[in-house]
Amino acid sequence: MTTEQAAGPALDVRRRLYELMTLMKAADDRLSKGIASGELQCVYWPSRGQEAIAAAVGAVLRLDDQLVTTYRGLHDLIGKGVPLVEIYGEMLGRQVGSGRGKGGTMHIAHPDSGLMMSTGIVGAGPPVAVGLAMAARRKGLDRVTVASFGDGATNTGSFHEAANMAALWDLPLVLVCQNNQYAEMTPTGHTMKIAQVADRAAGYGMPGVRVDGNDPLAVVAALEEAVERARAGAGPTLLECVTFRFRGHYFGDPMKYIPTEQMDAAIAADPLPRFRSRLLDDGVCGARELDEIETAAVSAVDEALAAVLAAPAAALDELDRDVYADPRNCPA
Amino acid sequence: MTMREALNLALDQALERDERVFLIGEDIADPGASGPTAGLSSRYGTERVLDTPISEAAIVGAAIGAAMEGFRPVAEIMIMDFIGIAADQIINHAAKMRFMTGGRTTAPITVRTQIYGGLGTGATHSQSLEAWFMHIPGLKVIVPSTPRDGKGLLTSAIFDDDPCIFLETIRLQGQRGMVPVDPGFSIPLGQADVKRAGTDVTLISYGRGVVESLGAADALARQEISAEVLDLRTLVPLDTAAIIESVHRTTRAVVVHDAVQFAGPGAEIVAILQRELFDRLSAPVERVGARFVPNPAPPALESQVYPNSEKIIAAVHRTLRWKTTREGARG
Ligand SMILES: Cc1ncc(C[n+]2csc(CCOP(=O)(O)OP(=O)(O)O)c2C)c(N)n1
Ligand SMILES: [Mg+2]
Repeated sequence: MTTEQAAGPALDVRRRLYELMTLMKAADDRLSKGIASGELQCVYWPSRGQEAIAAAVGAVLRLDDQLVTTYRGLHDLIGKGVPLVEIYGEMLGRQVGSGRGKGGTMHIAHPDSGLMMSTGIVGAGPPVAVGLAMAARRKGLDRVTVASFGDGATNTGSFHEAANMAALWDLPLVLVCQNNQYAEMTPTGHTMKIAQVADRAAGYGMPGVRVDGNDPLAVVAALEEAVERARAGAGPTLLECVTFRFRGHYFGDPMKYIPTEQMDAAIAADPLPRFRSRLLDDGVCGARELDEIETAAVSAVDEALAAVLAAPAAALDELDRDVYADPRNCPA
Repeated sequence: MTMREALNLALDQALERDERVFLIGEDIADPGASGPTAGLSSRYGTERVLDTPISEAAIVGAAIGAAMEGFRPVAEIMIMDFIGIAADQIINHAAKMRFMTGGRTTAPITVRTQIYGGLGTGATHSQSLEAWFMHIPGLKVIVPSTPRDGKGLLTSAIFDDDPCIFLETIRLQGQRGMVPVDPGFSIPLGQADVKRAGTDVTLISYGRGVVESLGAADALARQEISAEVLDLRTLVPLDTAAIIESVHRTTRAVVVHDAVQFAGPGAEIVAILQRELFDRLSAPVERVGARFVPNPAPPALESQVYPNSEKIIAAVHRTLRWKTTREGARG
């Protein structure tokens, strides 16, 4: 093992993290610009600001590992490798979308990439992730499932039920809480007596770890340990990654409830410029190389969007498909 | 054998035949299990007959996750009144997954649960909530009335590619009947069954209502009224053709169910009949459902709430009287 690796992930992993974060940011920027100008019509719960966590999940998980995410999932989907055309296509209701355009922004699944479910119901993902992890064990696979959710989700009974079950059965699961310090318009501190989501883990008998969710290397380090533990059959971990959402709850959120100083501090801690400086300081990449990564991300996004806009809208006959396995089961 | 034994046999044979099948729920493993899962953990192990914490949402959620991966989970919600805790997973996830992902993921789970009415357990351990689930596109809703149907329908539900809500009725669990032991035996979902042929009126029901309807039909026969008893067996898919065929012949119908009558499953059946057989009906279609009241605990009050033979017979007489009224006073 080289000294570099001992101090953190290999150089190509760090580069990969930056590529993913840049792509996530570019995808968010382009979508936001399009919605704001009226060019694009769709609902969107922006992930801008939370890229470091999703990039770490993407870099640490294997292709056959699985992820369950939420409505705020653009970054997670990209991290897990869901093709951008299928993501944008689904958000914009096109036939090239992952669900041929009829599921919408909140309900994107792409099992080929291991992205098993996105849910619009807060707290509903962890129980399903428990089942996926059970399935992996029953099949004798060494696959790991990650459930990604917000701080607010940890207040639901559904989360509690799933966390308890996962710990009880030592399931190969990692519970990744993206603590962006708000649930809709409510600060996390208004809804929990405890200061740290990670402290909940003790109540389930699993490790709870809190990291700076704006530092991809910190998330990678903690996640690697949790994933290894899960893969080895030693059970789940609750990993709390503290971060911030720059665009509020939904796209267009006036964000009146966010104090200016808090937003300023969050912008100062923006994971993207911060990681860029880090890569330059550590001599991992040169400025030219990073510029190229950024340009490539923007081109990839533009290309995907062009393909989506050229694709036909969801077909009307989709209404008759996929309600049941056999459409004859629908009442007249 | 009893209904309980028939359901046990269906589960046993499904576990035996297919490694993908597993059971998950509260108190379903030995030595605690006393219902249809009794004995199965001893045969198939606690990995496949899995006792859980009291976590209804996670029981169904975990079943969904495993079903997405090709398993055929049979989740048990001990009593139907508890299904509200798991409703999000059933309604927003299992039911809609195939549609929302364009068929990329599916959740072919079976949720078994039990209607506990009639035991004096009061309002939170007695409800027949099947109408809730009939109202959700993507779900199938199954309510057997005989041990034979129980075995055949449960087998179909477990191996069906769609999520199924399978309703057992505590008051029918001890009921006896002939049951094919052949593991290959199953009953297709969506086929009603004429439990008794008749010519004057059709009693349309499912689950425990079928038993009450058969009792009513016996009594009506002694009054020289010939009642047909049509057992729907599945509410979704609904065998509309069988309903129409029977009522086309008899021209009168009474819908019977333990679910609350107001906005109950019977309302949908009445709507179908008036639309399809408006000219043919000799009388308005009657409904005999549970009264619109939280189920009371005292037996003397509870017995007033659910359908029984007398109420069904009275409804049949109302349909028979109608014709004279129409020709006479209103003609
Ligand atoms: C069960 C449920 N309750 C309420 C909502 C409405 N809602 C959508 S997002 C949200 C806040 C969730 O906060 P958090 O879990 O922290 O995730 P974040 O949006 O911050 O990523 C709420 C209350 C919902 N979608 N589902
Ligand atoms: Mg939040």
